[in-house]
Amino acid sequence: MRKQFKAVALSLALAFAAPAFAQDELNFDAYREMLADGNPAELYEMEGEELWRTARGPKNATLEQCDLGLGAGVVPGAAAQLPRHFADTDRVQDLESRLMYCMETLQGIPSEQIIKGKFLKDERAKLAALVAYVVTHSNGEKIAIDLSHPKMKEMYALGEKAFYYRTGAMDFACSSCHSQDGKRIRATQLPNITKPEGAAAGWGSWPAYRVSNSQFWTMQHRLWDCFRQQRTAEPIFASDVTIALSVFMAGKGNGAEAVWPGVKR
Amino acid sequence: MKKLFIVAPLALCASVAMADELQAKVEDMMLKSFQANGIATLERQKQDEVQKACSSPTPPDADTMKRLEAAEMATIKWPADGHYIDGDWKEGQKIALSGRGLTWTDKTPDNNGGGCYNCHAMDPKEVSAGTIGVSLEGYGKTRGNSEEVIKYTWGKLWNSKAYNACSDMPRNGFGGILTEVQIRHVMAYLFDPASPVNQ
Ligand code: HEC
Ligand code: HEC
Repeated sequence: MRKQFKAVALSLALAFAAPAFAQDELNFDAYREMLADGNPAELYEMEGEELWRTARGPKNATLEQCDLGLGAGVVPGAAAQLPRHFADTDRVQDLESRLMYCMETLQGIPSEQIIKGKFLKDERAKLAALVAYVVTHSNGEKIAIDLSHPKMKEMYALGEKAFYYRTGAMDFACSSCHSQDGKRIRATQLPNITKPEGAAAGWGSWPAYRVSNSQFWTMQHRLWDCFRQQRTAEPIFASDVTIALSVFMAGKGNGAEAVWPGVKR
Repeated sequence: MKKLFIVAPLALCASVAMADELQAKVEDMMLKSFQANGIATLERQKQDEVQKACSSPTPPDADTMKRLEAAEMATIKWPADGHYIDGDWKEGQKIALSGRGLTWTDKTPDNNGGGCYNCHAMDPKEVSAGTIGVSLEGYGKTRGNSEEVIKYTWGKLWNSKAYNACSDMPRNGFGGILTEVQIRHVMAYLFDPASPVNQ
């Protein structure tokens, strides 16, 4: 099983590594279909499930008591309702910041290790595997985040402002690339995130397995890379701007079906 | 009746105050949620006047746009020797194709790309062309090379905001994305009759 995934991933990686971007994108739907019944993200999901149940960290505890919003240990459907306001922290948290909180409180793994870490490395990589596990149990669910709490409302408003906030060396905002229908960067299609369909397409298809580099990327990772392209300074992992943008996109996409984890170029 | 008169202005004040508060919060967030990394310092998180005015779904009013555009126009550096288009189109092509530079993983601030193909079609044979900007296929051939067209194009490349304060196009010269020499090469790519753009 594992081997087969690797072989598919490798041949795709080679196909996509070619400099002619255009054909890649044009043929991509075919690849997506080919992968439909064998998403390589399954490997991460399996790793995540094991991590969820394994006693780890200074406190030698599992994550089975982690409350993702639907009660201690409840995983099915939890991701579809995130980000949300949590009474115990009195904060709005997305899946990643909530898992980080659980790792710290239940297992004693300091959040700083993850915040100061790097994507695809160490505890941040483990967190990504946990994300894969949790979102898989909301695959096909409707995005349903609850915006009624004042702190959720505020985060949504801040996210919308951040979306249009031009800054950096090239004067870009998210809106520079994601606020019109049917636009492309080179040959890559850009969702119009200012509309519910586009927001849902973006929010509801990450985290995703990226065939171009055989990596599993969480939404934090996706946003971090868009900020890089935007030429801003580096966003801090799980910082307010990342949560606010997540609330904005999920809130706009509310009601649409999530395809988790996604498969991307 | 009397009550209405009193309540309405108060409500207006309150919503203006709330908008100001939200604005202050977002500015704070756009600074505190980021960290400097390499050449991408926190200075990048502070907005200049144009960026600030163009950070909502609706552009500012016409007068504000004009005022901003005049200020941007004054920043354009025109070539002292009057040589606008005698660069090397082959170099220009490389610059137009390259989207690299200025991220926190880039080291050198010098040989940046212009990323023109991210947003524009230029050489009709290049299929991997973005659509955020207008097509520039056949640019020199269709527009000609009158002084007016050439000056406008140089100005647009140097500071796109001088012609549309809220343009999505980066300010290549003003923002230090491209050097004067690089802009000359890109000009040649647009205007040289031998350039693939004009085939
Ligand atoms: C300079 C252009 C640019 C800017 C600015 C930009 N993005 Fe993106 N974004 C892209 C590109 C290109 C992709 C597709 C990436 C790929 O396929 O590898 C993308 C993909 C995405 C996706 C995933 C869409 C999908 O359907 O897979 C989301 C969500 C997203 N961006 C959100 C944002 C947010 C939020 C911001 C502001 C912080 C932002 N982007 C800023 C260019 C940009
Ligand atoms: C992020 C997208 C983006 C990038 C990158 C970009 N442009 Fe543009 N450009 C635009 C848009 C949008 C317009 C439309 C006019 C406006 O709003 O400024 C435009 C307009 C122009 C025009 C004026 C066209 C006309 O009909 O008057 C020229 C010339 C031009 N761009 C050249 C370039 C060149 C050369 C580069 C690379 C150095 C470049 N652009 C990079 C988005 C971009």
